[in-house]
Amino acid sequence: MAKFIKKDKGDIPAINTSSLPDIVFMILMFFMVSTSMRQTDRMVTLTLPEATEVAKLERKDLSSYIYIGTPTRQYQAQYGTDSRIQLNDSFKTVKDIGDFVAVEREALSEADRQFMTISIKADENTRMGIITDVKQELRRCSALKIMYSARKAGK
Amino acid sequence: MAKKTPEINGSSLADIAFIALIFFLMVTTMDQEQGLQRRLPPMPTDEQQVQDNKVNRRNIIQVKVSAQDRVFAGDEVIVEMSQLHDKIVEFLTNPTDDPNLPEKQEKEIEGLDHPCLVSKGVISLQNDRGTSYSKYIEVQNELVKAVNTVRDQFSMAEWGIKYSALDEERQDIVREAVPQYISEAEPKDTKRN
Repeated sequence: MAKFIKKDKGDIPAINTSSLPDIVFMILMFFMVSTSMRQTDRMVTLTLPEATEVAKLERKDLSSYIYIGTPTRQYQAQYGTDSRIQLNDSFKTVKDIGDFVAVEREALSEADRQFMTISIKADENTRMGIITDVKQELRRCSALKIMYSARKAGK
Repeated sequence: MAKKTPEINGSSLADIAFIALIFFLMVTTMDQEQGLQRRLPPMPTDEQQVQDNKVNRRNIIQVKVSAQDRVFAGDEVIVEMSQLHDKIVEFLTNPTDDPNLPEKQEKEIEGLDHPCLVSKGVISLQNDRGTSYSKYIEVQNELVKAVNTVRDQFSMAEWGIKYSALDEERQDIVREAVPQYISEAEPKDTKRN
């Protein structure tokens, strides 16, 4: 057995892997900090329209989402197949947008409030009527910065 | 002397950390939020409405999207989207100084050594309640594309590089020289429903 234990002088010593956990933990910490878990379950089917001239949103944390689309199958019995507005975790009407915006605005710090962006995530088959209503309501509660969420299309 | 405690084997620590890492890798949403950014006009007061009417007719181009998703620009029917693009570019640049196309105003821009002509053109986008969202976004996209083309032209003439390749400071200059005035018109038929 001795020949297995004996240490040859010219051999490369095994690499010390004791710091591997540290490295992995470091990556882990990065992901834990940078992760933003999806806060809302989408209850509408959503295929975003395509656009080529999309711009990125710089501050993701300043945006609130309004989902517009037809309810997914499990909610269709209750809510029908017509386009609906989803705010946070429930179906709402246009009238509730005012409250929603107020709550979202309240959650931001004073300095960031003016940069709040409302991201409208609407299905491409939605009719403009409901979106126009949403836009009018947003204007009424002076949430003027909006974004039409879109997929980047290949040129 | 007390018995020496054996060293705890730490080699599986890495595995545990890896499992946690993979979990976070999977739940992370890396998708970037992107889309067309717009600024809605504030709710008008009566005073402003009077002002709006004063805008010269030649400075406005009406882009309409009908309930059947047909697009009209001015009094022209748009069949191909590139047609709309060309029309908007022509509208914004007004190369022949056509009296029916928007007037230009000479303007000093900070950071630019010579005054340049800024078009007063406003694109007014109107839609029907029955318009589909995808068509609406397609038209919006085309309008942005047209504005970007004009910006590219301006930037190429000034510095020989495209607008998107410019630094922040010069992009601001271009944005001032070629403003993007897209007005999403007051819906005309909201009261009907």
